[in-house]
Amino acid sequence: MSDANTPKTSRTRKATLVILLIGVGIGIIFWGGFNTAMEATNTEEFCISCHEMQVNVYEEYTDTIHYTNRTGVRATCPDCHVPKDWTHKVVRKIQASNELYHHIKGDVDTPEKFEAERFRLAQNVWSQMKKTDSRECRNCHEFDSMDYTKQEHRSSQGHQQAEEAGLTCIDCHKGIAHSLPMQYDPEQDAPGKSVFYTRLKDPHAETATNASN
Amino acid sequence: MKQPIACWLIVALALFAATLSAAEQVSSLRGHAVTDDSDAVLNKQTLAVPGGFNVAWEEQPPMIPHPIDKYSIDLRQNGCLKCHSPATFEANKAPRVADSHFFDRDGNPTEKVAPRRYFCTQCHAPQAGAMPLVENVFSNR
Repeated sequence: MSDANTPKTSRTRKATLVILLIGVGIGIIFWGGFNTAMEATNTEEFCISCHEMQVNVYEEYTDTIHYTNRTGVRATCPDCHVPKDWTHKVVRKIQASNELYHHIKGDVDTPEKFEAERFRLAQNVWSQMKKTDSRECRNCHEFDSMDYTKQEHRSSQGHQQAEEAGLTCIDCHKGIAHSLPMQYDPEQDAPGKSVFYTRLKDPHAETATNASN
Repeated sequence: MKQPIACWLIVALALFAATLSAAEQVSSLRGHAVTDDSDAVLNKQTLAVPGGFNVAWEEQPPMIPHPIDKYSIDLRQNGCLKCHSPATFEANKAPRVADSHFFDRDGNPTEKVAPRRYFCTQCHAPQAGAMPLVENVFSNR
């Protein structure tokens, strides 16, 4: 009995092994391909291939310290706008399909249209950063690794207070890489008392609709 | 008819050339041509002085004791108000915009900083720590 079965069992085993190996091979290729594709969408080149990004936010960013600075270290779009760790990154990439949809619809395809939406879009990013404790900023800037004695007096004081009060980067550093919206009022944005994290309606738009009513 | 136009053109060209060479000859007190961007003093770092500068006379607009290159004053924003506005100065331990800045030219009180006072750097200047080029006997109060 056992003698008759032996060749068959070993053949099945061999087949299983071959299928398994092929599976692993295909797996590696697909996974590698997926990751490469995802990395390709994580470059500045890809981001500004949409003219919405190129003519508005990218233009503004080239005037700021994250573009040119003393030490020559540059933070590009994905460094601030895409999470580094895998899970959050994939979630963000899935959300980005919504951005693709609006790109195809052409919702912000002129600077004027973009400007009209800037307040809402900026508030999305601000509240997201508030929620994640400025996770993307902290990939490079951490309170723990700051030498307060090397900072300018005001910065040193401000950072230590913020750390004690449990504030996060975006509480004070809004509009450091892109123009602020017209509706942004620094007086309503005192650190810890900001009104800009809960979605505010554009005051101008409101008066416009009131007027039309 | 053609000759006068040619004459005028030559005169205009000559004048233009004269202006150009004159501009090259004008030099600053530091000895650089006024058109020379490579003057090192132009790129001097702004001083950061905790506690600020003393004023030299009673009504002097206080000088700015920190770099301001990251703040802009434009149609959208006044970056200075982030720390110096009535709503934010306390939290930021910064001097408040003076009361005199909340009146229009007719003396009517304004709710926000009066438009004529909006451009802070018209009166308040950051300091680079460059040595005075001419002797100055003005002193602190």
